Amino acid sequence: MCTYLTENVEVEGSGKGREGWFPLRCATVYLDHPQHASAEHSLNIDFLNPDRGPSARVAVELDPASARALARAILRTLDQAPAGLVTVST
Amino acid sequence: MYDAMLAETVRIAGHGGDGIEAYLARPLGPGPYGGVVVIHHMPGYDAATKEITRTFGVHGYLAICPNLYSREAPGASPDDAAAAVRARGGVPDERLVGDVAGAARHLRGLTSSNGKVGVIGYCSGGRQAFLAACSLDLQAAVDCYGAFVVGHPPEGTPLKVRPIVDLTPNLSCPLLGLFGAEDKYPSPEHTAELERALRQHGKTFEFHSHEGAGHAFFAVDRPSYRPQAATEGWQRIWEWFGRYLAA
Repeated sequence: MCTYLTENVEVEGSGKGREGWFPLRCATVYLDHPQHASAEHSLNIDFLNPDRGPSARVAVELDPASARALARAILRTLDQAPAGLVTVST
Repeated sequence: MYDAMLAETVRIAGHGGDGIEAYLARPLGPGPYGGVVVIHHMPGYDAATKEITRTFGVHGYLAICPNLYSREAPGASPDDAAAAVRARGGVPDERLVGDVAGAARHLRGLTSSNGKVGVIGYCSGGRQAFLAACSLDLQAAVDCYGAFVVGHPPEGTPLKVRPIVDLTPNLSCPLLGLFGAEDKYPSPEHTAELERALRQHGKTFEFHSHEGAGHAFFAVDRPSYRPQAATEGWQRIWEWFGRYLAA
């Protein structure tokens, strides 16, 4: 199925694409058919900078269990940061 | 029988007269041949869709696949282009209709055209094939598992997609629907609702739901590929276009 389950998130940071590092502006998170992963559906994230064109993109396609593990690891890592190091906690 | 075929990238006038890229596959005989506009799936104007377009050429059709992502991502790789378009909310319906109209016009302008043009679309292109067939003067249409002809996409999705079953009275041509019985978008309930609308408005149609197949069963490069459903589906496509697009 094409789930059309898609979320856009504004992000600040950098990503490394085919032409090296570039600043990121947004991320698209969606559950749909992967381009490359060997699964019918995957949790896909495109880190993008639309100002720099479609090729300014870092893409991952994860199986859902991996995606959940990654999400938990990100939150755990941020939660464990020493006091004052991470200023935005939400 | 002379069976030479040529496939190449061309520029056509799409919606609003915009120059867009398209992939054209055509038999090199004198014709007259029927035409087919191939609408690519959401992952874009990719190698698999170009292969499908060539298959129509091999079977004696003038076939063209417009790159619906030409404007956002000229020259980009198909997956980057698809990601850019998804982030911007997808292809607007009005623009899709204009691009298919331009593709059909291009086919009818070829000297070997018989003037008849059908449309086929896969995945998101299935919905767009129905949309085009309800908006343009076409001679046959094939919807391959198009979601959201009936039913709403998930709440909050940035993709600008709405149900279009209300357009059924405007359907200009016979419609073949090929679906996977295990698909959820469109589900068997969705396709049953579309069938009811088509029957209510006296439209010519034929729907087939393939057991053991889900979404994207034609996609030979994906795990969703189901050889039996795909083989039967292709046979039905040849019969359908043979019936309605023949000279």
